[in-house]
Amino acid sequence: MAEVLVLVDHVDGDVRKSTLEALTAAARLGEPAAVFVGAGAQGAAEVLGRHGATTVYAVESPEVAEHLVAPTAEVLAQLVQEHSPAAVLLPSSNDGKEIAARLAIKTSSGLVTDAVDVAPADGGGVQTVQSVFAGSYTVTSVVAQGCPVVTLKPNSVPVEETGGGAATVQAVDAQVSDAAKAARITERKEKAASGRPSLTEAAIVVSGGRGTGGDFAPVEALADSLGAAVGASRAAVDAGWYPHSSQVGQTGVSVSPQLYVAAGISGAIQHRAGMQTSKTIVAVNKDPEAPIFELVDYGVVGDLFTVLPQATEEISRRKG
Amino acid sequence: MNIVVCVKYVPDAQGDRGFEADNTTDREAVDGLLSELDEYAVEEALKLVEAGEGEVTVLTMGPEDAVAAVKKSLQMGAHKGVVVTDEAIAGSDSVATSLVLAEAIKKIGEEAPVDLVLTGLASTDGVMSVVPAMLAERLGLPQVTFASELTVEGSTVRIRRDDETASETIESSLPAVVSVTDQINEPRYPSFKGIMAAKKKPVETWGLADLGVDASQVGLDAAWSRVVEVSARPPRTAGEVVTDEGDGGSKLAEFLASRKFV
Ligand SMILES: Cc1cc2nc3c(=O)[nH]c(=O)nc-3n(C[C@H](O)[C@H](O)[C@H](O)COP(=O)(O)OP(=O)(O)OC[C@H]3O[C@@H](n4cnc5c(N)ncnc54)[C@H](O)[C@@H]3O)c2cc1C
Ligand SMILES: Nc1ncnc2c1ncn2[C@@H]1O[C@H](COP(=O)(O)O)[C@@H](O)[C@H]1O
Repeated sequence: MAEVLVLVDHVDGDVRKSTLEALTAAARLGEPAAVFVGAGAQGAAEVLGRHGATTVYAVESPEVAEHLVAPTAEVLAQLVQEHSPAAVLLPSSNDGKEIAARLAIKTSSGLVTDAVDVAPADGGGVQTVQSVFAGSYTVTSVVAQGCPVVTLKPNSVPVEETGGGAATVQAVDAQVSDAAKAARITERKEKAASGRPSLTEAAIVVSGGRGTGGDFAPVEALADSLGAAVGASRAAVDAGWYPHSSQVGQTGVSVSPQLYVAAGISGAIQHRAGMQTSKTIVAVNKDPEAPIFELVDYGVVGDLFTVLPQATEEISRRKG
Repeated sequence: MNIVVCVKYVPDAQGDRGFEADNTTDREAVDGLLSELDEYAVEEALKLVEAGEGEVTVLTMGPEDAVAAVKKSLQMGAHKGVVVTDEAIAGSDSVATSLVLAEAIKKIGEEAPVDLVLTGLASTDGVMSVVPAMLAERLGLPQVTFASELTVEGSTVRIRRDDETASETIESSLPAVVSVTDQINEPRYPSFKGIMAAKKKPVETWGLADLGVDASQVGLDAAWSRVVEVSARPPRTAGEVVTDEGDGGSKLAEFLASRKFV
């Protein structure tokens, strides 16, 4: 069975959930093999193996890690050349999509971004499913050209453990061109950790909008009672109430959690673009005509300043 | 400094977007316009040349009507426009789009070297954010994307880029391909003077032959990925909406518990 390369997304060696999802998806197409760029491959071999990877191609070179997407694309192109995998899967992060884009051009391969599902296509190649136009259409595509490159939307594929042992780490000697090193990160300021789950990975997201009037306390309290991440509409971000990195929507983050709670958010098309694929949608809004109610599984017409605290209290009580 | 801004003509997101029989985006049913996200790139280009010198050329690839996106940019203050249009390009994917745009940028550069290629964050119809990276790959240029701040000093471009975990400063030599986010500026509205002036600004229309691109390399038939099925998502079955009568929060908690979220 041909290998399927999965680019590992990790923070200082900690493998992110999106990678485990990609490994699970990769197993449907062939034999998953992880590509780990940066320090910490050995430490990650266990968790990668447990989720189906037999091999970890480790690229330790700091040159690759410090220079954004171009060198990683070169490394992947080199691996594609050497191993002729059946496909390459990457997470649908900003970097993931750009690496995928460059890899597709380098290897003359078809590219699909933001897939929510993959399967082998009849007659070769990969069949993908995407959700487009703010989630109003589902599109099935076939990529057969070259070595199909697919980026996967986080939270789309349930993670499965395969019970495999630690993957074998194989060091890769990466050749990075000077051109790929022209853009470099000169400074990096980590943001203070919120203590909450990451927005793209969270199973539950509670978002606040203009309706909060700038007071996110009830939104945060509900989020914490549910173990959720906190998101915001653009109106809330533009008003300076919440950081842009928390913005959900077309020009913010796209989320696909099990549960999305929108509080004081009207449900503009650009906001919907980033949350419409959520499995269960709940809204609290004063205005019964708010478009967000067209999407909900459950909605409460009411003031978020009374509804959210009451819900939070009840949830805490039930949790004991 | 000579800047090329890539702008896309897209169906209005407020309209009822859909697909044609051949599974390509239906570009007839809905009015088109300059992609809102590309206005930020036009604005940033104008600010850069206003602070120094140089020219802003706007470039679009699309149907004949796409000239509207170029006109709007010229009204904002860009100096000249190029529209690449050809029957063969209908249905082009990002791979083909980036090929045509890259060849057009090379041709624009024959007149005067291009120092900076600016793009939007993503097209509001496709939302892939891959064309800028593909352009960089094809042009052999450094790629500096998702800029929420941008400065140019001499032949160095420096941007700020934010994500969930960090705020980064990224530097590159020019020429480079830079994409900007909607955080970078507030795009101007065309002034009356701008609208009048735009009428006299040069707009060139090129076909594939002008770029030495073969029709077989673009369009639906050349696409490296092929849409085989499109289905409208079943409208979400209307959920339950209750009006808060003092117990809305408890009811909400009850719903969440019934779905095993508590
Ligand atoms: C190019 C472009 C990109 C964009 N990208 C994004 C994006 O990524 N994400 C995004 O979110 N938006 C985006 N927008 C903006 C989008 O169009 C809307 O303007 C925005 O989503 C509105 O935010 P909101 O729902 O919080 O505010 P509003 O539309 O003002 O809605 C506020 C809601 O709160 C309700 N409310 C008020 N007080 C209370 C209360 N006490 N209790 C309960 N409810 C209350 C009101 O009834 C109202 O429905 C974009 C726009 C453009 C043009
Ligand atoms: N047909 C096109 N003509 C000109 N520019 C384009 C075109 N398609 C994409 N772009 C540019 O590439 C950016 C990202 O597009 P995309 O990768 O499609 O999301 C857009 O914001 C535009 O600046």
